[in-house]
Amino acid sequence: MGYKMKKLFCEIIFPILASLAFFNIASADETKLTLTGSSTVAPLVLEIAKAFEKKNPGTKIDVQSGGSSRGISDARSGLAHIGMASRDLKPEESDLKNHVIAKDGVCLILNKKNKIEKLTDEQVVKIYTGEIKNWKDVGGADAPITVVNKAEGRSTLELFENYFKIKNSQIKASVVIGDNEQGIKTVAGNPNSIGYVSIGTAEFDARQGSQIKLLAMGGVPASIDNVKNGKFPLSRPLNLIVKGELKGLAKKFIEFAQSPEVFNIVRQQYFEPASK
Amino acid sequence: MFDSNTLNPHRSDKFLLITLRGFSALAGITTVLILLFLIAESFPVFQKFGLLVFFIDSSWYPREQLFNLVPMMTASLLAATCAVLLAAPLGIFSGVFCNYYAPPKLAWIYRRLIELIAGVPSVVYGFWGLVVLVPLILNIRPPGASLLAGILVLALMIFPTMALASDSIFHSFPKEQLNGASALGFSRWRTIFSLILPSVKRNLLAALSLQIGRALGETMAVLMVCGNVVQLPKSFFDPVRTLTANMALEMSYATGSHRSALFVSGLILVLLIIFLVLSAEFLQRRIQND
Repeated sequence: MGYKMKKLFCEIIFPILASLAFFNIASADETKLTLTGSSTVAPLVLEIAKAFEKKNPGTKIDVQSGGSSRGISDARSGLAHIGMASRDLKPEESDLKNHVIAKDGVCLILNKKNKIEKLTDEQVVKIYTGEIKNWKDVGGADAPITVVNKAEGRSTLELFENYFKIKNSQIKASVVIGDNEQGIKTVAGNPNSIGYVSIGTAEFDARQGSQIKLLAMGGVPASIDNVKNGKFPLSRPLNLIVKGELKGLAKKFIEFAQSPEVFNIVRQQYFEPASK
Repeated sequence: MFDSNTLNPHRSDKFLLITLRGFSALAGITTVLILLFLIAESFPVFQKFGLLVFFIDSSWYPREQLFNLVPMMTASLLAATCAVLLAAPLGIFSGVFCNYYAPPKLAWIYRRLIELIAGVPSVVYGFWGLVVLVPLILNIRPPGASLLAGILVLALMIFPTMALASDSIFHSFPKEQLNGASALGFSRWRTIFSLILPSVKRNLLAALSLQIGRALGETMAVLMVCGNVVQLPKSFFDPVRTLTANMALEMSYATGSHRSALFVSGLILVLLIIFLVLSAEFLQRRIQND
């Protein structure tokens, strides 16, 4: 009996487990699309996908978030038909092609109770690198600054690092957060904190009564309008990423996501549609 | 102990034997496969940088090729141990209360209440911690998100399951012995302290080691309240990052060596838990021999 059991495992169960492990989710099926990637792009694409499914009955669009890096690596490996990324492609990613569907900005946020109305770029760098530790040094109340930073790998952090020309290891954070909502909740709950999140999400939450305020940058107020007209310095494209030639359902979906039909959906999510 | 050959070779028994063997083999194989998978995924970074980098690098900045995991191991162990130290006495005494002090009706209501708390998903505790507990701690000392917040939330999560486990342990204590104790004129407290607690010590220890494992593995709640800064905490008010939070925060965003290094955090977590289970086993044997 023992021998038979062993045989059963070697010949049947183990191969099944092994094949499950290597099962490819993006199998060639012309009615189903899988998109993975940026947690900033995912909610928008989810709404666009709903509209697309309504317009094309029988299609099924599967949207999973997990960060721009995942979107890019999934698009490259074929694990997803389309990747989502909230940043430009890097030079070493030239094997892929990006399609901009919307624009978003990243802005600094403070608690509403904080009296500070603006910070210079230099002050922001000093606060994030730990040179300035108290709000009184930038004209605020005498209270220690709680620096909220993003976790390594997030595109918001990369955009922030590139703009202020600092490395993550130079940042002296008091709290490290994952997604935008967690950042807003953290800043809203701490009067002496400073953080940075997507303008779209921040504007939406501030309008919903969250205890945060958006800081102007380089004299330009943080708003979706200033992202739209290109004035706001810290902005980024929301991309759909594909590998190889665009065809079939993926092509149809990307064309739909860039068409004026979805502009309302994009604006509802507090992003700015990408006009071609 | 029974050997499978000494069992009655009835046909129905044979069927049962095969099914049971099959299920236990499946469970065993899954565990081994997970371990092998973790080792295989961690291997590239071991090959490139060696084993030592995880202990001697200056910090954790995987994109700048710095991979020190010691602060996170410390944070995980500290948070889990302190939480269990806080929750275990509460849970055990809640079991004592339920079985030996509370009037039956009150005990019934109390049990349902504890069961309800035990069923609350961890992300709810995390959210509560983020919007209530963290601002409270902030009033004492900024930034609020801290090791202390993590310990409190974990203790709150562990307490109900520990209470339920000890409740059922006390419940199964033989009634004859209780009657014997009362015939000898033992007071209630004397009976509990000198008779019941020493004889269920082993079972309580087993329940405890399960809870430590759970505390070590908890992710969402801890991620939301601990602050996630990679550092060795100097006080309970310092923010820390646990091994689980490290994986959850960065896994979906990581590629290459960074990703591989995150699997190392997973591997270390599993090794920590294996070590805990083995030492609990060792302790139990020693108690038995006494």
